[in-house]
Formats: sequence, structure tokens, C-alpha cells
Amino acid sequence: MTDTNAMKGSESAAKEGDEATLLPPVDIYESSTGITIKADLPGVSRDRLTIQVDRDTLTIEAEAAIEMPDGMQALYADLRSTRFRRSFTLSNELAADKITAEMKDGVLTLQVPKRGELQPRKIEVSAG
Amino acid sequence: MFGYLGGFENDLVGQLERMRREMDTLFSGRPNTAGIRSMASGTYPAINVGAAPDRVDVYLFVAGADPKALDISLQQNVLSVVGERPVESPQEAQYYRRERHDGSFRRVVNLPEDVDPDKVEARYRDGVLHITIERREAVKPRRIQVG
Repeated sequence: MTDTNAMKGSESAAKEGDEATLLPPVDIYESSTGITIKADLPGVSRDRLTIQVDRDTLTIEAEAAIEMPDGMQALYADLRSTRFRRSFTLSNELAADKITAEMKDGVLTLQVPKRGELQPRKIEVSAG
Repeated sequence: MFGYLGGFENDLVGQLERMRREMDTLFSGRPNTAGIRSMASGTYPAINVGAAPDRVDVYLFVAGADPKALDISLQQNVLSVVGERPVESPQEAQYYRRERHDGSFRRVVNLPEDVDPDKVEARYRDGVLHITIERREAVKPRRIQVG
């Protein structure tokens, strides 16, 4: 009776593209070793999440799986899509190939480390 | 023409606001009337309510909330959910964006009046709290005999 399918209305299935995607809220902070991104992606399990780096663009794409009974009609909806998407531009001191991701209770944590050779170092001034 | 003045990203709040207006128009027939318990769009957590003939399903999008700390109560047909969503912030961290809700939250919704407060089930998975409430069987007409 209950099956798991994406909470797609017939109308949102028809329109692809940015209009039907949600922008997840994020926290972004930096420490001396790298940048951390945390994003709220409720309903998203690990296998429905794609993290992609294309040149300097980091893109998070996810699809929430919501259990819905047959014949359900929306009475109220804050969220009218189950697709999340958000992109960020990385800068070249970040090691895009060393990004790690963790998903827990619908919260994604991405760690973007800084390149080792580019971590802050002290510059000596030689006596002339 | 004035597009460039909007120096802000096309944000979730904006999208939600647009959706809320659409929903208000669709379901209330009174575009400028908000529910007495409705909250500003973008408020954490987002909530969806769906109705089937035999049940009402409520979804709270509580990413990161501790399921054990959620307090769900149903008084007649008014459902309230109180909880906590702590956001840890490392001390040395330098923030660029802080969009995620931090701390306690409370959401209250009116459900259809025929929900049965004794038949409620709640599940939590991947940051979604899914509450199912059965609806009472339609009251069948009874024949009353004159004694």
C-alpha cells in the first residue's frame, strides 16, 4: 500500500531544470586546513546524492525519497520538489581531488582541504 | 530592467515564498489570508501535509535533528512538534555563510478534523519526520427506533 517514490507532483515531473530544484541552506566555514560545507538535505540517503567537481565548480545534487501512500493529495506544502541542487566555485588553493563527504540524518558535511604546499607558511626576509 | 539590483542569489527563501503564495492561492481561495499558525516561509523545519481518504500524512523536514529529542503531540486535530537542532560551530572557524537553523524549533499545524488522535505513528529517517494519523471511519447513519 505504501511505496517509496519521489514526491514528485505530476507538474514538477514535467518541468525539468532549475525551476523544480530547491536550494538547500548551507553553512560554510574555513579553518587553517580547509573549508567545510554543511548542507541540509532532508530525505536524502547516501545513494541519492551526487557530488561533482568540474574544473573549479563544485556541485551538490540530491533527490529526497519520501514515502507516500497512494491517492495522497497535498493539503499544504512548504517543499514542492524533492530535488536539491547547489553549486560553488572553488579557488585553486583548494584540493578538489581530496574532498571528503559524510551524510548523516539528512545533513551533508563536505571537507575541502587546502593543498599541502599552499598551507600558510612564514616568509623569511633575508638581511640585505 | 532592474534585475542587476538584486545582488542576492536566487535563494531557497525566495523560492519557498513563491511556492507558499501559489499554495495559498490554490487551497484557500483567499490569496492574502494566512493560516493563524502559519509561519514565515523558510522557517525551519519545512512541513508538508498530505491527505488520503483513510489517513493524513505529515512530513517535517528536520535534517540534523535528534529524533529522541522530538516531542510530538496531537490535541484534537492540532499537531505540534517541538525539537532541537543543534549546529556545532568550531571555535576557530571563520564563517562565510550561516543559513542553517541553529537551536530549538516548534511547528504547529491544523489537520482535518476527522483525524483519530489515538492512531498516530511517527518514523524518522534521513532527516525526515513522517507522522501518519488515521482518519475516523465515516459515521454511518443510524436508524433510531421509537420505543
